[in-house]
Amino acid sequence: MKTICFYFQIHQPYRLKRYRFFNIGRDHYYYDDYSNEDIMQQIAARSFVPANRMLLDLIRSSKGKFRVAISVSGVALDQMEVYAPEVIDGLKELSKTGAVEFLAETYSHSLASLADPVEFQNQVQMQTQKVKLLFDQKPTVLRNTEMIFSDDIAEMAYNMGYSKMISEGAKLILSWRSPNYVYTSEVQPNMKLLLRNSQFSDDISLRFSDCTWKEYPLTADKYISWIDATSPQEEVFNIFMNYETFGNLQPSHSGIFEFMRALPQFAFDRGISFATPSEIMESHEPVGTVSVPNTISWSDEERDLSRWLGNKLQKSAFKTLYEISERVRLTNDRRLKMDWQYLQSSDHFYYMSTKHFYDGSMHNKFSPYQSPYDAFNNYMNVLSDFIDRVKAQYPDSVDNEELNSLLTTIHNQEREIKKLQAELKKVLTGNEEKLVEKRQRKRN
Amino acid sequence: MKALMLGWEFPPHILGGLGTASYGLTKGMAKQEDMEILFVVPKPWGDEDQSFLKIIGCNNTPIVWRDVSRETVKARLEKFMNPEEYFWMRDNIYANFNYMNTNDLGCLEFSGRYPSNILEETNNYSIVTGVIARTYQYDIIHAHDWLTYSAGLHAKNVSGKPLVIHVHATEYDRSRGKPNPIVYGIEKNGMDHCNHIICVSNLTRKTVIENYHQPEWKVSTVHNAVEPLSPEIEAIERLSGVKEKVITFLGRITMQKGPEFFVDAATQVLKRTKHIRFVMAGSGDMMNQMIRLVADRGIADRFHFTGFLRGKQVYEMLKSSDVFVMPSVSEPFGISPLEAMQCGVPSIISNQSGCAEILNNVIKTDYWDVDAMADAMYSICTYPGMAEYLKEEGKREVDGIVWEDAGKKVRAIYDRLV
Repeated sequence: MKTICFYFQIHQPYRLKRYRFFNIGRDHYYYDDYSNEDIMQQIAARSFVPANRMLLDLIRSSKGKFRVAISVSGVALDQMEVYAPEVIDGLKELSKTGAVEFLAETYSHSLASLADPVEFQNQVQMQTQKVKLLFDQKPTVLRNTEMIFSDDIAEMAYNMGYSKMISEGAKLILSWRSPNYVYTSEVQPNMKLLLRNSQFSDDISLRFSDCTWKEYPLTADKYISWIDATSPQEEVFNIFMNYETFGNLQPSHSGIFEFMRALPQFAFDRGISFATPSEIMESHEPVGTVSVPNTISWSDEERDLSRWLGNKLQKSAFKTLYEISERVRLTNDRRLKMDWQYLQSSDHFYYMSTKHFYDGSMHNKFSPYQSPYDAFNNYMNVLSDFIDRVKAQYPDSVDNEELNSLLTTIHNQEREIKKLQAELKKVLTGNEEKLVEKRQRKRN
Repeated sequence: MKALMLGWEFPPHILGGLGTASYGLTKGMAKQEDMEILFVVPKPWGDEDQSFLKIIGCNNTPIVWRDVSRETVKARLEKFMNPEEYFWMRDNIYANFNYMNTNDLGCLEFSGRYPSNILEETNNYSIVTGVIARTYQYDIIHAHDWLTYSAGLHAKNVSGKPLVIHVHATEYDRSRGKPNPIVYGIEKNGMDHCNHIICVSNLTRKTVIENYHQPEWKVSTVHNAVEPLSPEIEAIERLSGVKEKVITFLGRITMQKGPEFFVDAATQVLKRTKHIRFVMAGSGDMMNQMIRLVADRGIADRFHFTGFLRGKQVYEMLKSSDVFVMPSVSEPFGISPLEAMQCGVPSIISNQSGCAEILNNVIKTDYWDVDAMADAMYSICTYPGMAEYLKEEGKREVDGIVWEDAGKKVRAIYDRLV
């Protein structure tokens, strides 16, 4: 039986405010509250809220047979809590139906998996804790930022306790093979993988309202018939996309919501079912292994990292950022730790991309900056201030290792002191009791 | 295809960007096999590179019939042209100019510069062009800047061939919006009666359409390019003896170039950091005012003036710089950032410059946005990633901007008109 696996990604970064070099050292608030609030509320109204409602209706009317997976980055959740709590309420309700699976990912939608394994693990942990807290689910399937995946990451994720991941069905790794099966990683045979079917996914997320596309207009009937027409051995259809496809990337007047509302019924009529990633990876046997020596992602034709780490600007900013990570982990300052998360979002590097110069468009569509240089300047100024703050916590002359051992000593001494204090108290109270006893005896 | 080009300057004796652009464009066009160019200048010096075109000097063209021997002509003009041509041109004198102040060869004197009696000189240029236009065969006339527009119209009337005028700058740019009515009149007349107008940027094209009231179809943009650096210039080493980073402004110190914005940005940067020095290279009518401004702001210890730089000195200055800044208020094209990028110097330019339309690997700010400019200066000097990226990518980008491509675009316009 054929099964469709829907997965939706929700993420919004904390955009930085205009931060000139003369702000360095004086101003430690980095975020553009106005535009973050504005964008979050607009997207919530246009996309997240109606999409939540749509999914809830579909799940209820199909009595839970319609199932999807959702992954929300921690920074998006943080913003929703402040700017659009109704989206979180909607997601909570979806979670209660039992038909929506939440996935694990990096808290700040970061590229930490490429530079800092410890940070990667911390972030996934933070993210799953937040999901547990809000939606009462413990994610078992890991989705790395932008579907970034490689053999190393498979190994790393397995060591973190994950045996299921989803990624991109890139031609580069599959070549002639179809993404419509469950695979395992070649280096880590216990790591099961679901790979995105880019054609079926992009038909909805990219091409749905493209009137120059020869299949325009796409109807639910036609779409399901394509899936139905695939060879009977192909059983799993991984349709992964941005949640904003509903109402934002594809505007509601394009009929995207109506399309989605009609889809399940046509699927059920043809005997096609829906399931979440963990259900599929449990019920289906893997058919083969994939080897991914070079890191892939779900972006661009090349499916590589060139959007985020393609040019020198991006690489140098990325390097500067992760050089400080060990120091940040030593501090206990909550605001520093929060800024550290928000500065790691992959979006900051995306804004520095110069790839669009070469495809003819002068401007990067999603960037709040006028140019990649502007993005780099602003980010580096913020980062310089952040680094100064981190360094101010402990003297610069002490290296990380030494500092770590000193901190451990201090920490241990604290415990020692507490222990001794407790002992002292015990002795003192013991003495007091004896004294009281003595007096009483005397009186008697 | 033969073109009669009317210009004012030709290297190596040049005064501004017009000469550089004329040279580059003609050299680029000469790469087309069937292209012949006849280039008229007021006063050749005899050391021009004539390998790819033919130069005719107005001061060597007779407008009054004089009975001179072949030997005299040979002795006097051989270094400029074939003496026979003098006699061909003498046969095409079309009116009686005896009242004019001609020399023993029947020629007028030209300064070849921009003297105070420039209007008289442009008028003389037009008279002389009448003789040249009657002597030679050509398919099209191409006039560079307002100085030659009247001559171009004259040639057009004589020969009936189409006239293309090339706008390197307009009176609006030079005067920040307060044009001299006589110059404006000459420009407008040239544009009204020519067959096509070529502008060096979309910015200039817009000025031509809006302020000179030309129909859009008649005006095209052909962006300028740069000649590759000669090996001699490539070999120049960094001269600067200071440890600090050097940020350079290079150009005429006049209102059009926005030098005061550079000083303001420098003040901002120096408030924060001391590891940067600023240089203002060039001279101009606002130089003394700028020196006073720098002293006023109290940054004179880190802000230096070099005075006018010529030839190789320009490249020595560029190669000793870490950042090049061109905050021009209104720049039709602006070739100097391209030269800086050739030298591997990261550049900051204003959005109000024509070259901003074709450059990607530079930082663009508005000329009045001093904060943004200061921020960009600081960033290039502080974050190595930025400097390296702009240095490498900028050089690669500018190496791809060649005159040959510009030449092809001009040729396409010729082909449409002929």
